[in-house]
Amino acid sequence: MPQSLLNDVPSSWYLLLSALLFTLGVVGFLIKRNLITVFMSIELMLNAVNLSFVTFAHEWHAVKGQIFVFFVMVVAAAEAAVGLAIIIAIFRARNTLNVDQIDLMKL
Amino acid sequence: MNLYLWLIPVLPFVGFLINGLLGRRLPKALVSTVALAFPLAAFGVVLRAAMLAWPGNGNFSLPYVENFAGSWINAGLLHVDFSFALDQLTLVMLLIITGVGFLIHIYSIGYMAHEEGYWRYFAYLNLFLFFMLTLVLAENYLLMFVGWEGVGLASYLLIGFYFDKKSAADAGKKAFVVNRVGDFGFLLGMFLLLSQFGSLSLGKIGDALALNPGQHGGILTAIALCLVVGACGKSAQIPLYIWLPDAMEGPTPVSALIHAATMVTAGVYMIARTHGIFDRSPFALAVVAIIGAATAFFAATIALVQTDIKRVLAYSTISQLGYMFLGCGVAAYSAAIFHLMTHAFFKALLFLAAGSVIHGLNGEQNMLKMGGLRKKMPVTFLTMTMGVAAIAGIPIWAGFFSKDAILYEAFQHGVLGRSLYFVGLVTAFLTSFYMFRLWYLTFFGESRTSTTSLGEHGASVHARSDTRLVLEAEPSHAVHESPWSMLGPLVILAVLSFVGGWVGIERFGQFLSPVTGPIIDPALEPGGKSLDITLTVVAVAIAAIGWFFARLYYGRKSERPGQIVAAMPGVYSLLVHKYWIDELYSNIIVKPLTLASRYVLGWLGEGAIIRGSAWLLAGIATLLGELVRRWQSGNLRSYSAWLAAGAAVLLVFAIASALFGLHSFDFAIAWAGR
Repeated sequence: MPQSLLNDVPSSWYLLLSALLFTLGVVGFLIKRNLITVFMSIELMLNAVNLSFVTFAHEWHAVKGQIFVFFVMVVAAAEAAVGLAIIIAIFRARNTLNVDQIDLMKL
Repeated sequence: MNLYLWLIPVLPFVGFLINGLLGRRLPKALVSTVALAFPLAAFGVVLRAAMLAWPGNGNFSLPYVENFAGSWINAGLLHVDFSFALDQLTLVMLLIITGVGFLIHIYSIGYMAHEEGYWRYFAYLNLFLFFMLTLVLAENYLLMFVGWEGVGLASYLLIGFYFDKKSAADAGKKAFVVNRVGDFGFLLGMFLLLSQFGSLSLGKIGDALALNPGQHGGILTAIALCLVVGACGKSAQIPLYIWLPDAMEGPTPVSALIHAATMVTAGVYMIARTHGIFDRSPFALAVVAIIGAATAFFAATIALVQTDIKRVLAYSTISQLGYMFLGCGVAAYSAAIFHLMTHAFFKALLFLAAGSVIHGLNGEQNMLKMGGLRKKMPVTFLTMTMGVAAIAGIPIWAGFFSKDAILYEAFQHGVLGRSLYFVGLVTAFLTSFYMFRLWYLTFFGESRTSTTSLGEHGASVHARSDTRLVLEAEPSHAVHESPWSMLGPLVILAVLSFVGGWVGIERFGQFLSPVTGPIIDPALEPGGKSLDITLTVVAVAIAAIGWFFARLYYGRKSERPGQIVAAMPGVYSLLVHKYWIDELYSNIIVKPLTLASRYVLGWLGEGAIIRGSAWLLAGIATLLGELVRRWQSGNLRSYSAWLAAGAAVLLVFAIASALFGLHSFDFAIAWAGR
């Protein structure tokens, strides 16, 4: 993407998009019952955060934000691997992915 | 050049560690070797120090202070060092403790040969030496107190050596608890010393006293009286003497070492050591003198009617310690220490000889069941005779010189001293009487041992030529003389009891005078020499009368003791029951204390306050738990909702603080804005 075009879009739009995506992620996390959907909502939140990191990095000409994005991506990849493994294990054990039924910790 | 004072207590401690930690697995011979070698090595170090530091040899000026491990406590006002001091008084004590102590160790090898817990016994004995040597070497009161408490511990352990016997365990406990009362006084005295002088060092306190020659009475009296309470506990004086007779539950060599020769004299040592304070307080001195004379007389009267050989000796120890207190109380400290030394010789001897008798009779302690042992135990008889002569004050035996010195000094010490002199004189008569009573009952007359009949039984078995039975019956029942490991120390101590007083109070007092100050020398007093001779003659006459009466009543089988008892049943019963002091203490002090502990402290303190507050705390925690457990729904989505809500709240705070300048989030915003 050419530099000029990027500059044409104000940073606030990116931030609004990021907030929107994050809110969608939170809402999805809270209301969805399927564990995989919940998991995807987390990924959505992470990417919303990444977007705002990149935006601020661009805005302030600081490279730190972009470095952080890489960290988040790495963690997200690892988390995806572990999380999916856990989900499979839970499904094998309980035969369901409904979070309301995964309540062994309840007193 | 170094005197290596720190080695003196540490060597027995090493012995204690080896025997205490490994003794159970070591062979008996090795345990004995360790137990003997380390006290002997300590004795060697003491001898070396004595030779190097002997006044006149000029190598060391006494007192010689050795700081062996730097500072111990360094907290504000309080500075205490690990330091030992050697002076003439300490030297005398060291020689007594390691010398007599080593002899008693040898004796114990024979006496304890067949006992369970052989290694345990010697470990405790070495531990005792460690603490006792620390006590006399200490350069400050706190280190002395460590030794003081430590000998109490060792005493407790050894009194309760036969801990499966209830009376022994109780006696150990009693000794420990009664000593706590005295230690309380010692502690208070230390606190007062610290507040008054800002130091616990013996040398510094001595210097401070020397700088203030006019300081008398007041706080010094208070300090001295507190220290007297401590000394009364350790040295078994009225009113805290009650633990010592019960302490005879321990093995006999322990009674000889701890409860006659060394530990119980710690109180006398302490008073002589702190005499600088006592000299400034005539009242405290008078208290010491009265306690001493009263105890001497009181204990001697009880000893008159005791039938247990060890208890007679126990009461005579209390009585002799009373003499030493009397000596201290009339400011004749070197006379008191002189008596301490001779007493260590002859009382250790008497106890060991009594132990030999008990050993020979397979544990019999009742004098009424002894008798006629003169022929069967000749060495024991001869050595015991030396001890009896020494304690009774027969001329040229050791006790004669030292007791005479104390009585003379008391006589010269004003009206109070003169009246206490007469108490001492009566006590000397009683002492002579009960000691010769013990002597006659044990060694003379017909044998009253039950073993005689067993012997005849053995003979009749022999007549039926059943040799196997005879072989089994004889060795365990026959009255036998003790082995030489026991008789050797007896002989050495007998010699010491004989010659121990020949040094004379003048030379002994001269030797100690840098520490304890001069005493009244009869040779320098107007008319002192003739008075001294008069008093000596009186004392000897008194001792001879005591012997005469003992011979009259107990020399041969006689109806007289029974007649006396029948004539004065009240007095006899009073004496036999030891003035009901134990019962009195039990009713006045022990029972109210246990009742108060059980009901006041038990119900109110423990029940209401401690258990109540515990229940209250637990109740609050349970209640809070009931409330907040509802959060832990176990529902994943409710958790995440809380999480999101929390994040939202934080966000609101952050925005609000950015908008309205709330400072609590300044840091976070500043960090974000970097």
